[in-house]
Amino acid sequence: MSVLTNYSDLFLKTFGTTIQLFLFSAIGSLLLGTLLAMLRVSPVPVFRVAGATYVTLLRNTPLTLVFFFFAFAYPLLRIAQLDPFKGAVVALTLYTSAFICEVVRSGINTVPVGQAEAARALGLTFGQTLGDVILPQALRSVVPPLVSTLIALLKNTTVAAGFSVADAGSIAYVLSEDGADMLIGLSWVAFFFVVLVFPLTMVQRALEKRWSVAR
Amino acid sequence: MSSVLFDVPGPRARLRYRLFAVLGAAVLLALIGFVLYRFYDSGQFAPRMWEWIQYQQVQIELLERLGNTLKAFALAALAAVLLGAVLAAGRLSDHAVLRVPAMVVTEIFRAIPLLIMMFLLYFGLGSAGFGMTQFMAVVIGLTLYNGSVLAEVFRAGVASLPRGQAEAAYALGMRKTQVMVLVLLPQALRAMLPTIISQLVVLLKDTALGFIINYEELLNYVKYLGTQGQFGRPLVPMTIVAGAMYIAMCLLLTWLATWLEKRNRRSKKVVDRGDRDVEKVVLVNAT
Repeated sequence: MSVLTNYSDLFLKTFGTTIQLFLFSAIGSLLLGTLLAMLRVSPVPVFRVAGATYVTLLRNTPLTLVFFFFAFAYPLLRIAQLDPFKGAVVALTLYTSAFICEVVRSGINTVPVGQAEAARALGLTFGQTLGDVILPQALRSVVPPLVSTLIALLKNTTVAAGFSVADAGSIAYVLSEDGADMLIGLSWVAFFFVVLVFPLTMVQRALEKRWSVAR
Repeated sequence: MSSVLFDVPGPRARLRYRLFAVLGAAVLLALIGFVLYRFYDSGQFAPRMWEWIQYQQVQIELLERLGNTLKAFALAALAAVLLGAVLAAGRLSDHAVLRVPAMVVTEIFRAIPLLIMMFLLYFGLGSAGFGMTQFMAVVIGLTLYNGSVLAEVFRAGVASLPRGQAEAAYALGMRKTQVMVLVLLPQALRAMLPTIISQLVVLLKDTALGFIINYEELLNYVKYLGTQGQFGRPLVPMTIVAGAMYIAMCLLLTWLATWLEKRNRRSKKVVDRGDRDVEKVVLVNAT
C-alpha cells in the first residue's frame, strides 16, 4: 500500500500520459484505418493493392519494431523531428490503423450484396445507399470488434515505456531507480490496467450480444 | 465485378476509375519515392551501410539471435496451448469451483498488458527474490497472456458446435468426459486450428517485447550492431532486415492458417457454424 501512497503523483501523471497516448492514437488510427478500409473496398485496383500491402506489412510487424523504427531509425532519416511522445503516437497509429482497417472492411463485407442491389434498384443514390442501407447494418458488426481493437491499443500503449515515454509502463523504471518495492508497485500498475480495461470489455460484450444479427 | 458498395461500372464509371487509378498511382509513387529519397539522401543505401551483411561473424550471430526469438516462440507457443487447454477445460466444467477461478484467471491475464506482465515477472519477482532470466520472463509472460486468449478460443470453438452433437453423444450413453474428448474436441479443434495459428502469429510478434527487458533476441542485436561505429552505424538497414524477417515468418504462419482454413472448408467433416464466433475472438485479440 505504501508504494501507492508514496508514488500517487507518479501514478496519476503516468496514467494520464497513457490515456493521452491512447486518445490521440485512437483518433488517429480510427481516421487512418477508415481511410485504408475505403481504399481496400474501392473499385480501383491500385487503391486496393496499396491498402492490402499496407495492412499486410503492418499487421505482420511487431509493434515493438515499429516503435524501434521511430525511436532509433527514423531520426537518422532526417525528415521531421518527433519527440518520443509524438513518435509513440505515430507508431501506435500506424500499427493500430491496419487492424481497424480490417475490422471496418470485414464489417462492410458482412452486408449482403443483395441489400445494396435492392437499394440501387429502388433508385437510391450512392450516398443514400451507403448512409441509409449499408452503414447502419455494417456498424453493428463493426463496433464490437472495434472496441476490442481499442482495448488492445490501450494495452499496447505500455510499449512506449520502452522508448522513453513516461507512460504507465515507465513506473517500473522509476521504482527500480528508487529501490522501491517493485512487486507491489507493478502489481498496482497491472491492477489499474485491469480497472481500465474491464469496463471496456463489458461494453464490448454488451454491444456484441445486443447487436449480433442472425444472417 | 459487383461489390456491396459499387455496381458493375458502366463506360463513364470505367473512365473515372481509370483516371483515379492514374492519379492514385502517381500519389503513391510520389510517397514511396519521397521515403526512398530520404533513405538515399541520408546515406542509408550507401554500400558501406550494408557491408555488415558480408561478415560471417555477423551472419552467425544474427541467426543465433533469430534462434533465440524462435526458441522463446516455440516454448511459449507449446506452453500457451497447454495452458489454454487447461483453462478452457476449467471454463467448460460443470463445477463452479473450477469454472469461476478459470474465468477469473483468463479475464485478468487478458486485461494486463503483456509488457507489464513481463516487468512484473522480471523486475517484480526478481526484486522479491524469485530471480529469473529474461528468457524465462518472456516465455512465462507470453504463455500466461496467450494461454488465456487461447482458452477463450477453445471455449468458443466448443460452444459453437451444434448442440445436437453433445446431445446425440449423451443419448448414446457416453459420459461427460467421453462426450468432450471423443465428440466435441476433435470437431472443435479442427475448426479452430486456423484461429489457433493466427494467435501464434500474435505470440511470435510479441516475442519482440523481450527487447524492452533486454532479452537477447533479434531486435536487441539490431540495436547493438546498428550502433557499432565500425560498420557505420547501420541501424536503418538492420531495422529493415529485421522487419523483413518478422514479416516473412508471420506470413509463413498466416499462410499455414489460410491453407488449413481452405482445407477445412473443402472437408465435410467440419461443421461450418462456429467460424463467426471463432473469428470474433481473433479480432478481439488481434493486436
